[in-house]
Amino acid sequence: MNELSLYILDLVQNSIEAGATFVKIEIVEDLENDIFLISIEDNGRGIPKELINEVTNPFYTTRKTRKVGLGLALASQLAKDCNGKLIIDSSENGTKVKIKLQHSHIDRPPIGNIVDTLLLLVCGTPDVDFVYVHRAGKKEFVFDTNKLKSVLGEGVPLNLPSVQEFIKEELSKGLSNLFGGANFND
Amino acid sequence: MIKSIQELEEIRKKALEELEFRKQQGEGIRIVVGMATCGIAAGARPVMLKFVEEIQKRNLKNVTVVQTGCIGLCKYEPIVEVYEPNKEKVTYVKMTPEKVSKVVAEHIVNGKPVYEYTIGYEENKEANK
Ligand code: FES
Repeated sequence: MNELSLYILDLVQNSIEAGATFVKIEIVEDLENDIFLISIEDNGRGIPKELINEVTNPFYTTRKTRKVGLGLALASQLAKDCNGKLIIDSSENGTKVKIKLQHSHIDRPPIGNIVDTLLLLVCGTPDVDFVYVHRAGKKEFVFDTNKLKSVLGEGVPLNLPSVQEFIKEELSKGLSNLFGGANFND
Repeated sequence: MIKSIQELEEIRKKALEELEFRKQQGEGIRIVVGMATCGIAAGARPVMLKFVEEIQKRNLKNVTVVQTGCIGLCKYEPIVEVYEPNKEKVTYVKMTPEKVSKVVAEHIVNGKPVYEYTIGYEENKEANK
């Protein structure tokens, strides 16, 4: 996969399959320390201890691991390629996956279309609450579906067409602000 | 949130109308896109997005697009299932954004599934090789 936003989509899909009702996605771009950090935290049922080591092994691709997510093996490979590391912290109360990459590494894929990824997650799984935090230097962008729900009123699902349109605009604007007007949509 | 209160009120109003419409119509069409690793790698994201866009563009109020995980047929990804009330499910395979436009126009709007994109067609083709 050639976009970090696709890795994120994939890993969050794991969270959803683990029964999560809440997922927090955090991105920190720390140029001073040359770190690109992606963290995904959920309240799903967690990865069984016996599997934790196996899931990051790209050669261990039986049907069993696929359920947990071949995505973790890909993420682990990505971390290796970009002078970084993958940290998985999982219990029955949830899982936190952190991918730490060298920001300037030549093999680090671009973040890619994070707006599409978030839009599909938020609208494609309307029962899950999402928080997205993206920090770049001193700037920060936060998107929180709970806030959105409280503005829209109880019982209004986020996958209604007019709401989707609104979410897309909101994300595009927020992210382009973060990067000083750079187009974040390609 | 960046929008003004007034604009949000507008969106809220529109959303409530859409919701009311959905409720009146009862169960609508559900489009389910497989988003397992292999689906994503095969291009499921642009496919799903195209569905969302087409449905918005055509103002189809009673259609929802949702995602699911592994459907179990890697080699046919991206896979999309269309559920219509009281009809058999239709499974589309090896989807692309271009195919989506046709499926929306012919199947979702006019009720005629696009057979050449379905799993049945694909399997037949392979059996006859
Ligand atoms: S892993 Fe490919 S369809 Fe499930």
